[in-house]
Amino acid sequence: MPNLLSHSSSHQLLRLLGGAIVIAILGFLVLPAFVVTLAAFNGKAILSFPPESWSWRWFVKAIAYPDFQLGFRNGLIVTAWASSIALIAGAAFALALERYEFAFKHVLEAVLLAPLVVPHFTVGLGFLILAAQIGVARGYAVIVACHVVLVLPFVMRSVYVSLRNLDPRLELAAASLGAPPHRVLLTVTLPLLAPGLVGGWLFAAILSFNEFTASLFVTSQRTQTLPVALYNYVREYADPSMAAISVIYIMVTAALLIFANSFLGLAKVLNVEHSR
Amino acid sequence: MNTRPFLRAFVSPAALCALAFMAALAAVMQYSLRAYVPGSLEPGGFTLANFTALLKPLYAWVFLDTVWICFLTAFVTLIVGYPLAYALVRTSNVALKSAILVITVTPLFLGEVVRTYSWIVVLGNNGFLNAMLLKFGLIGEPMQFMFTRFGVVTALVHVTLPVMVIMLAAALSHIDRDYDWAAASLGAGPIRAFLTVTLPLSTPGIIAGVTTAFAWTFSAFATPQLIGGGRVNMIANLVYQLGFASFNFPFAASLSVAALVLALALLALMRMAARPFESLGPH
Repeated sequence: MPNLLSHSSSHQLLRLLGGAIVIAILGFLVLPAFVVTLAAFNGKAILSFPPESWSWRWFVKAIAYPDFQLGFRNGLIVTAWASSIALIAGAAFALALERYEFAFKHVLEAVLLAPLVVPHFTVGLGFLILAAQIGVARGYAVIVACHVVLVLPFVMRSVYVSLRNLDPRLELAAASLGAPPHRVLLTVTLPLLAPGLVGGWLFAAILSFNEFTASLFVTSQRTQTLPVALYNYVREYADPSMAAISVIYIMVTAALLIFANSFLGLAKVLNVEHSR
Repeated sequence: MNTRPFLRAFVSPAALCALAFMAALAAVMQYSLRAYVPGSLEPGGFTLANFTALLKPLYAWVFLDTVWICFLTAFVTLIVGYPLAYALVRTSNVALKSAILVITVTPLFLGEVVRTYSWIVVLGNNGFLNAMLLKFGLIGEPMQFMFTRFGVVTALVHVTLPVMVIMLAAALSHIDRDYDWAAASLGAGPIRAFLTVTLPLSTPGIIAGVTTAFAWTFSAFATPQLIGGGRVNMIANLVYQLGFASFNFPFAASLSVAALVLALALLALMRMAARPFESLGPH
C-alpha cells in the first residue's frame, strides 16, 4: 500500500538513517572476523596492522599442531554421539509433548529446558563431581552426557515447531486407510518432520562442537575437545596460529550457513520467517 | 486400542537425560555442603561453612559485578539487536535479507573461544583498533581496552547478539503487517506507528531475548577470563579458579549453587516485571 506510506523527505531520511545504523551494526559483527583474517596472514609472530609481510605459515603450523588435531578428532566423536542421542531423545519427547498427556509431563519438560538458563559451569562442575562420585573416569561418556543435556532444549524446540506446523489430518488419513501406528510414524510423521529434525540435529551438532565452558570441566588432557585445546593455546601462546584456526572456522561455518540458507531456507529453520 | 502408541518409548530417553541432569545438579548441591580438606580431593563432613564464606565482601563484589555486567550486556545487545532484527524481517530485498541472516548467525557457531580471541586481536594494545586510532592520529599512545569492563562487555555483546536477533526477528515476523498499515492510514507517522504498534507487539521477543542474553552472559567464561584477564572477574572465573587452581571443589560447588539460585531468581524477577507488558503481545 504505497499510497498510505507516503515517501516524503522525512521518510527518506529515516530510511537512510536506518540503513546506516544497520550497516554499522553489521560492521560491528564482521569486524573481528575481518581483523583476525588480516592477523592470520601476518608474516611475523607479533601483531601489526596493516601486516608488514604476508605468509601462509600460521595455517601450516596450526593444522600440524598435535593438540588441535587431537581436539578436532575428540570434538567430532563427542559431537556425533551427543547430537545423535539428543536428536533421538529430543524428537521423541517433542512428539510425546505435542500428542499425549502423561504424568509429570510439565515437570519433565521444565527439567529438560532448564539447561538453557542454568550456567554451563554449574552443569560442567555437576557432571565432573557426579563422574567422580560414581567412579567413572573422565572419558567420552561423561562429556557426551553433559553435551546431550546442554543441546537437548534446542532439538526439542526445533522439532516441536515443525510438529505444530504439521497437518494432523495427513496422519489420520494414513491411519484410516489401515496403516498401523508404527507405519504412520515411519512413513508419514517422520518424513514430514524432516526439516525440523535436520535443523535440530545440525543446531545440536554445531553447539556441541563449540561448547566450551562445561567441556573445560569434564574433559581431560586426553579427551579435550577443540575449543578447550584452543583456549589452552591462547592462554600459553600469542602467535597467529590461533588466528589461522579462527579463519578456517569462520570460512567453514559461513560456507555451511550459506549452503543451509540456499537449500534449507535458514529463515524457516530459525523460525524468523513465515510463509502465509 | 492404545490411544497413546509408543508413549513409553518416546518419553524414556528424555527421562534418562533429565535424570542425568538432576543427578549432576544434586552432586553439586551435595558437594556445596561438604567441608574442604586441604590437599585432598575427597570432601569432608557436612557443613554450612562454604555458604557463610560466600558472604565475604570479596565474593559479594564478584556477584554484584557479574549481575551488573549481565544487565549491561543484555541491555546493549537489545539496543544493538533490535534495528538488525527489524531490518531482517522487514526488508523486501532478498540478497540483503540473506546477507543479514548469514552475517548475524555465523558468530553464533564460532564458539566463545574463537570469538573472544578475535576480540583480543581487535582490542589488544597492539591490536587493530589501537593501530587504526594511532595511524589516524586520534590518540598519542595505545588505549587500554583489554582487562577493562568495556572490553569484556563489547565482546559479550558480540557473543549474545545473534541469539538476540533471532529471538527478536521471530517475534517481529509474527506481527501482522496490517496493524502497521492501519496505524499509517489513521495518520500515524512511521516513528509513532513503530512506538505504539510494532514495539509493544514485539514484547515477547524482547523478553525472550533479554532473558536469554542475560543467562548466556551469566555462564560466559572464556570472555571474562581472557579479556578480563583477572581484573574483571565473573562468577564463572571464580568457580574455575577455586576448582582447578585451589582444588577446593566444595567451595566451587557452593559458588555454583549460589550462582544458580541467583540466576534463576533474577530471571524470574525479570519475567515478573515484564508480565504487565506481555498481555500486549500477539496471542
